[in-house]
Amino acid sequence: MTPPSLTEPLRPATKHALELLLLAMADDEFVIGFTDSEWTGIAPMLEEDVAMSSLAQDELGHAQALYRLLAELVEDGRDADAFAYDRPPEGSYHARLLDHPRGDWANTIARRYLYETADDVRLEALSDGGWRPLADLVAKVRREERYHLMHIAAWLERLAERSGEPRERLVAALEKLGTDAATVLAPLPRDEVLVRDGILAAPFTELDRRWRERLQPVFDRLRLPMPAELSEPIRARADHSEAFRRLHDEFNAVRRIDRVATW
Amino acid sequence: MVTLAAGPGLDEAAIRAALAEVPDPEIPVLSVVDLGLVHGIAIEPDRIGVELLPTFVGCPALDVIRGAVEERLASFGVPVEVSFTWHEPWTSDRITPDGRRRLRESGFAPPSPLGEGSPIALDVPVPCPICGSRRTILENAFGPTQCRTIRYCTACRQPFEAFKAV
Repeated sequence: MTPPSLTEPLRPATKHALELLLLAMADDEFVIGFTDSEWTGIAPMLEEDVAMSSLAQDELGHAQALYRLLAELVEDGRDADAFAYDRPPEGSYHARLLDHPRGDWANTIARRYLYETADDVRLEALSDGGWRPLADLVAKVRREERYHLMHIAAWLERLAERSGEPRERLVAALEKLGTDAATVLAPLPRDEVLVRDGILAAPFTELDRRWRERLQPVFDRLRLPMPAELSEPIRARADHSEAFRRLHDEFNAVRRIDRVATW
Repeated sequence: MVTLAAGPGLDEAAIRAALAEVPDPEIPVLSVVDLGLVHGIAIEPDRIGVELLPTFVGCPALDVIRGAVEERLASFGVPVEVSFTWHEPWTSDRITPDGRRRLRESGFAPPSPLGEGSPIALDVPVPCPICGSRRTILENAFGPTQCRTIRYCTACRQPFEAFKAV
């Protein structure tokens, strides 16, 4: 894959903010893709085995493309694999929402619903962005994410509308996420620079507002608890859980055995 | 892309004809030309450049496609460079009429047309490739590869695969 040419000159502050944005997005896609691939073979029904595996494949593909853009931007000799695999678990920059283990099916649906809707608001804010390599990729990614949104929304409704255990488990899963629920759209350092330079349409505080505006009618109708407000934005992508450390250990297993292994 | 004539046999039509013989690894009844993957062909005295549009961002077949294109064009006698780009998003509307016909003939429903700038339609009826009935339902938006969905025809009671409209 030849990355899109990076011809537009970026100011140093913009470049730094953009690197953090790409890292956050890539790590988010990588971690949710990897976690949900754990359902392959053991999902509640065969269709979901296929769907979860396909979703995971999409997300890992998006992560790879984002890591490639990042590698091109950082230009320090690291490639996409180095960004994906060679950082210690405490250096991972994914949102704490994704630190929660896949748990039962309700946990998986709750987490993925919040992630997909927040990611959609983020992608929308980047789609007319002034940095062409990212805007081009986002245009392509959004076409695929439409299917993810449709799929996960159908599952949320299905669990919420079935009284008894399915609904109880879904509500419990949403409540368990606590203040981690809104971490995907937590402000990134200097995101105002990206807004100023036309890469991001609005600051993350505004994206969080848009996300809640979108969720409110759905959650009201289904009588589900809205995500709690973010309590400590600075910790939104730090202090990762023990569950993530185990996941990190697992997704690095092949890399540790053979650094140059290819598929 | 710049296109320059360079020696006998090295013209865009000849290269395009050769590319029309490169099958897609996942749906071999279609060539990379039928799928609308070819974004640009650059002919220079000492190289051929082929720019392709990936159907999906994480398509695992890209390296296989790159290899197959390089192998098929090797007979032109100059180095071949295959690259992929997002400059223009590949959409399922890029599948040619020939490609759509070949899909149908192999029992595979072609994607519903998206039209220019329209949102991705998820509820458009997809005719059954086996009996032609429009009474088909979506069984799973996700299938054995990223680009396929699984549908069921309530008229002839056959499951079938349809190309995802993206």
